[in-house]
Order: sequence, then C-alpha cells, then structure tokens
Amino acid sequence: MPIPTTELPSFIAAYPEILMAVSALALLMLGVFRTKDSTTLVTWIIVVVMAVAAGLAIRGTHDFQTFNHLFVINGFTIFAKVLTLLGAGLTLLLINDWAHDEKIARFELPILVLFATLGMMLMISANDLISLYVGLELQSLSLYVLAAFHRDSQRATEAGVKYFVLGALASGLLLYGSSLVYGFAGTTNFDGLAAAVKSGPNTIGIIVGVVFVIAGLAFKVSAVPFHMWTPDVYEGAPTPITAFFSIAPKIAGLCLFLRVLVGPFAAMIEQWQQVIILISILSMAWGSIAAIAQKSIKRLMAYSSIGHVGYALIGLVVGNEEGARGLLFYLLVYLFMNVGTFAVILSMRVKGKYVEQISDLAGLSKNNPGVAMALAVLMFSMAGIPPMAGFLGKFYIFVAAVNAGFVTLAIVGLLASVVGAYYYLRLIKIMYFDEPAEAFDPPGLTTGIIMAVSSVLMLVFFIVPAPLVNGAEAAAKALFLG
Amino acid sequence: MIIASLAFYLFSFMAVVGALNVIFQRNPVHSVLWLIFTFFNAAALFVLLGAEFVAMILVVVYVGAVAVLFLFVVMMLDINVIMLREGFLKYLPVGALIGVILLIELAVVFGGWTMAPQAEQLRVFPTPNPGIVTNTEALGRILYTDYAYLFQVSGLVLLVAMIGAIVLTLRRRTGVRKQKISDQVARDSQDTVTLVQVPSGKGLS
Repeated sequence: MPIPTTELPSFIAAYPEILMAVSALALLMLGVFRTKDSTTLVTWIIVVVMAVAAGLAIRGTHDFQTFNHLFVINGFTIFAKVLTLLGAGLTLLLINDWAHDEKIARFELPILVLFATLGMMLMISANDLISLYVGLELQSLSLYVLAAFHRDSQRATEAGVKYFVLGALASGLLLYGSSLVYGFAGTTNFDGLAAAVKSGPNTIGIIVGVVFVIAGLAFKVSAVPFHMWTPDVYEGAPTPITAFFSIAPKIAGLCLFLRVLVGPFAAMIEQWQQVIILISILSMAWGSIAAIAQKSIKRLMAYSSIGHVGYALIGLVVGNEEGARGLLFYLLVYLFMNVGTFAVILSMRVKGKYVEQISDLAGLSKNNPGVAMALAVLMFSMAGIPPMAGFLGKFYIFVAAVNAGFVTLAIVGLLASVVGAYYYLRLIKIMYFDEPAEAFDPPGLTTGIIMAVSSVLMLVFFIVPAPLVNGAEAAAKALFLG
Repeated sequence: MIIASLAFYLFSFMAVVGALNVIFQRNPVHSVLWLIFTFFNAAALFVLLGAEFVAMILVVVYVGAVAVLFLFVVMMLDINVIMLREGFLKYLPVGALIGVILLIELAVVFGGWTMAPQAEQLRVFPTPNPGIVTNTEALGRILYTDYAYLFQVSGLVLLVAMIGAIVLTLRRRTGVRKQKISDQVARDSQDTVTLVQVPSGKGLS
C-alpha cells in the first residue's frame, strides 16, 4: 500500500504567530532556569517580540491562505493584529510596573499575556469555525488564569472563577451554534460557508446556529445582554489585568465579530442585522445608565467599555465598508483612550496602596495637576466631545449609520452618549471642584509616559486623522474583498 | 447478523440501565461506578459500529481519567446527596417548564430540517472505507496533515492549562525536607562519624 504523502503547508503567512509561540516556550524555560526574578526581563523581551511580530505582520504577504485553508491573512487581519499587539504591548508595561509594587511579580504573568495575545491573533486569522474556536479558547483560558493571578486575594479568585464558569458557558453556546451551522451547511470553512449561505435556502436551523454563534461572540466582547460577568470580573481582577481585559480581547473580539458576520454569513445580513441592532442599542443604553451609580472606578470602566462596544457594534450593523471603517477607527481610538485611562487609574496610589474609589480622585487638580489634566482629556474623549479623538470615532460610526439609513439607531447612540457624558464629566468635576482628598504618590515612569502619550494622541488624532482613517479604510476594503 | 443485533440490544439495554442507576443511586460513589459501567457499554456499542478507535479512547479517557477524577471529587468534597435533593420538588415545575420549552424549540428547529443541496459536495473529507483503512490510521492521516495546525494550537491550549494550574496552585514552602540523592551519595563517613575512645569499665561520662 502506498504511503500517502502531503505537502508541507506554507508557514510564511503565520510568521508572527510562530515567532510568538516559540518565544513563549523559550521564555518559559528562561523563567524556570533563571534563579533570579525574571519578570521585568521577560516582560521587555515579550514587548520586543510583539513589536517584531507586528512588523512581520505588516511586511507579510497579503491575501494568502495556508494550513489547508484554516488560516488566512489579508489587509484586514493585518490591521486587526497590529491593533491587538499594540494594546497588549502597552498594557504589558503597565502590568510589569504594578506586579513589582504588589510583590506578586512572577514570570508567568507576561507569558500568559503573550499566550492570550497569540490566541487573539489566531482567531483574527481564522478562516474556519474550528480554527476560530481553538484561537478563542487559547485566549480565554489565558484570561481566566490572569483574572485569578493574584491568588491570595479573595476578590481576584472570585473573579477568576466567575469568568471561567460563564466563559465556559459562552464557549458552549458558540460550539453549539457552530455545530448547527456545520450540520446545515455541510462545512466549517468560511469560504464554503459563504457560498452555501449565499446560494442555499437559509433554513431556520442555520439561523438558530448563527444566533448562537453571535451569542457566544457577544459574550466575549461583553455586549448586553451577555455582559453580567464584566463589572464583577473587572472589579475583582487586579487593575492592570483589567486594563488588558478591556483592551486587547475587546479589539480582537470585535474584529472577529466583524469578520465572521460580514464574511461567511454576509448573505444572511437581514437575519443577523436585527440581532446586532438589539444588542447594540441595549449595550449603549445599559452602559450609560448603569454607570451613573458606580462608586468604584473599575466598575465604571466596565460599564463604559460595555457602552463603547455598543457604539462599535453600530458599525457592524451597517454591514458595509463605511461601517467597518468606522468600527476599526473607533477601536483604534478606544485602544489609546483606555490605555491612558487605566494608566491614570494605576497611578491612584496613596502611600503605596492602590485605591479605586471615584471619591479618591477628589481635588486631584490641586495635588497632581498633570495627572488630572491627562484624565480630563481622556474623559472628554470618552464622552465624545470635540476636539478629542473620541468624537471622531463616534462621528464616523454615526455617519455610516445615517448614510445606510439607520437614523433611529444613530439617534439612540447620540442620546446614549449624552447620558454617558454625564458620568465622564462628573469625574472631571470631582477632580477639579471638590475638596482635595489625600494626595496620590507620583506615578511610575512607564505609567506616566503611557498616560501622557495617550492623552496627547487624543488631540493629535483629532487634528490629523487622515492616515489612520485611510489605514482603517484599506483594512475595511480588504475585508469586503476577501 | 443476528448475533450483532443481539449484542446491540444487550449493550444498549445495559447502557440505559447503567445511566438510570447513575441518577437514582443514593450514594454518589455508587453513581460513579455505574457511570463507568455505562461508559463500557457505550464503548462496546462503538465497537459494533466499527469505530474501534473511539471505543478505546472512551475507555482510556473517560473510564481511565474522567471517571476516576469524578471519584476523587466525590470522595474529597463529601457531597451530601440528601441535602442536594431537598429543593427537588420546589424546582421541579420550573425545571419541567424549561425542559418542555426546549423540547418544543428543538421540534421547531428539526421540523424545518432541509439539507443544503451542495452539502454533499462540501464534505471535503468523505469517510474512508473502514474495511481498507483502520480508524486510527484514517484519523492520523488527516490529523497530522490537513489539521496539523489545529493539532498544534490545541497543544498550546493544553500548555496554557498546565501553566495555569501551576501558577494558581504551586506554592514554594520553606522548611520542607526533601530527599537530595546527590547530597546523600556525596556524604562522607568522616564528616559524620566520630570515633570515641571509651576507657573500659567506666561508661560514658
């Protein structure tokens, strides 16, 4: 009997991912065999690895499928990957500073972040429901461990368990949906699915499958009504890890959402559009309203991120190139807004102890005008007030919605951002007009730089948005071609 | 042929009996033992279907690992079954209602079941003839070629699970006396044994 042979798949498309996986394994060895604490060393190596991976992704060949069509790269995946790497790299620096302050620095911490980022890259590049799932699971599993990383803290452990149980449920929903889709379409490959969905009569079975897939993905990006874990996990997990949760997985998750719905299920737009409209409206509304009563700034950020996901989903509802461009630009702005805000939250330290109540910010403008200024700029941007980049992000999304005829949705979005502006501006009021509370310790060097740079970028993006918008546009174009 | 059907009915009957016993046993340890019994019967059913690889995996993984894990958990957690059953009647109506709704939903979904016409061609990997290729070989052929990527990523997922388990539970305790073979071998009799001259008839000090 002849021995069947097979060709070696082309690895060139996956160079960034291979680099990350191999360096994660090597760094594990380094951490184990180096007797001194290697957290800082490992962190910096990983930051460099991520930068190189981003470089490789940008320079990589375009429009290419490999590994038996399980893996795809194109202009869109490159844009999404660079955003994810940027978010992960910046938060990694925050994590390192904090871990040393809290004396729980261990080399596994940055390595788990690297694995989570690798999972995000794999799911962005997925061209098949199975590769989507394994990427998503690599990401989620690392995130569960990260949530509970501060294992002596009861709150962190609780956050980890809660995240794990609900995350497993969401994975179950996603898998169930995928199996229904496979059962009705006969393939899990995105291209095959696109063809089947386009030509076939789309029976109720495949629709139910897609709705389950949407539910699973909505959970991962914490859109209402699948958001219930978010405030608890964000509050319980250590602050810089919360920063990581709210940035890189959100960006990767929304890019994946976009890719799945306008890719294989493009022809079913009438079916999924209604679902996404509902999710988007609920997220915007609940994100704004529930945030008002919050006392902890981490819970506030959780609701704020739920609201931002709602706005970003408007871009998905539109389902055309303009909407995708708006979504990608929004994610870019969201990245820097959140990194900056979390850098500020991480500088909320009184005599070496981290505090996280909103009332602790009182009178910050007198004690520490620089930090107060940065937070004010970021909050204006979050609220979407010009001349900050947050305004442009919302602007492109709403314009896309209005152009496609979703006027009501745009109006709901505007109303929600007015409500949201209340609590963002309340922070500014507390900082500038309330009686000073105890002064914060001066922020660490890296944290300070990240804070300053991201608040300056809010202004820069507003003045010269063209290169970024063009980048987002190119990515959106690639998405609708491939 | 008749033997095959007899075997099928025997194993499936036993599997159902085992499954019922899993939920009706009062002692959770007995439940786990019945679960193992059910797994064995299910494995036998797979053998009848000609899926010997899945059958063996079922025995190795489910009986060998999962069931033993269950047994550990049951014994370590000391679950009081009577307490668990207390709210049974209270929650029964709600549970039954949800069950009925799910059943109706499933009926609706499967009532509208039509296969996409191109589903047949989209099946890229038709099942090979089990008469020519064994299960294991057929699986191996696609697992290490077409799906090598998924195989590798699954490996990474398992690695992360392992790192997670270590990170969350391993504690380096100080003052633990560990056996160090090298120290034991390197030990010299001159360092530890002292020869004392004892004057005869006097005893030690």
